[in-house]
Amino acid sequence: MSASPPAFSARHVVAYAYRRSVGPVLGRFFTELRDRRIVGNRTAAGRVLCPPMEHDPETGVATAPDFVPLGPGGVVTTWSWVSAPRAKHPCAHPFAWALIRLDGADTAILHVLDAGSESRVRSGMRVRPRWRAETRGEIQDIECFEPEERA
Amino acid sequence: MSDRGPVKSIVTPTHLEYEYTATGAQAEFLHQIGQGRLKGQRCGECGKVTCPPSGACARCGVPTSEWVDVSDRGTITTFCIVRVPSENIELKLPYCAANILLDGADVPFIALLQECETSEVRIGMRVQAVWRPREQWQPSFENIRWFKPSGEPDVPVEQLGDWV
Repeated sequence: MSASPPAFSARHVVAYAYRRSVGPVLGRFFTELRDRRIVGNRTAAGRVLCPPMEHDPETGVATAPDFVPLGPGGVVTTWSWVSAPRAKHPCAHPFAWALIRLDGADTAILHVLDAGSESRVRSGMRVRPRWRAETRGEIQDIECFEPEERA
Repeated sequence: MSDRGPVKSIVTPTHLEYEYTATGAQAEFLHQIGQGRLKGQRCGECGKVTCPPSGACARCGVPTSEWVDVSDRGTITTFCIVRVPSENIELKLPYCAANILLDGADVPFIALLQECETSEVRIGMRVQAVWRPREQWQPSFENIRWFKPSGEPDVPVEQLGDWV
């Protein structure tokens, strides 16, 4: 064996496009997003879930068949600032991942908050969606959320 | 609702890029395969040979340092016929990915099997590495293009021990 083998280095890329069926509930959610509307659904106990789910995550009981229009504005419940976005992040500039409880919902949805600077972000702040120019029926139809108040 | 019909599926792109630096046993393995040799490491505790080696025994968790020669021929311990297309994989469907126990090693690893009808693949089948031309060799496992049947008689399943 050689005394000290050379160091070998290589760029590795692990990538694939994974297509998943969404079923009737999330399917409806994405279909509404394509028309720039946000919907949730109701548990047997009357809580409004957004994103909608097929079952109540607390009880496992099936949710009601009808959907509830929500938002489009909402409130940031918690957030995490990304000061150095990576290549595949949705923003090239610093942004926040935020949990956003839309008006009319009891649960929060994870999305991008484009607030310009970290000092503008706080839990409880009002935000609204910024829609992508051409929607396709996927979560990225909402480009991001942005503060309702102008900077 | 839009006239485009309800959304039935979404695409979730998965993407990870990283710089892999081989050190220790992996670097030596790559150096050796760059010369057309397959090397494994024997565990001082259980005596099992791992190829490609990671520098530690996966069974015992102890560091390994003893190098042994491993053949480029082996036996299929299990396999999978892939019939579903994937992006970035340009192989003709269906194709076979097989776990191969190389002669001289005690732990199988997964490899591509070609030059064989998928209907003929079986546990115990003997296979051999198909190397790229020597002038294309690099310190990379890709020096072996794939494995193909060697034509030797099958290994009886009961001789494959724990691997079936």
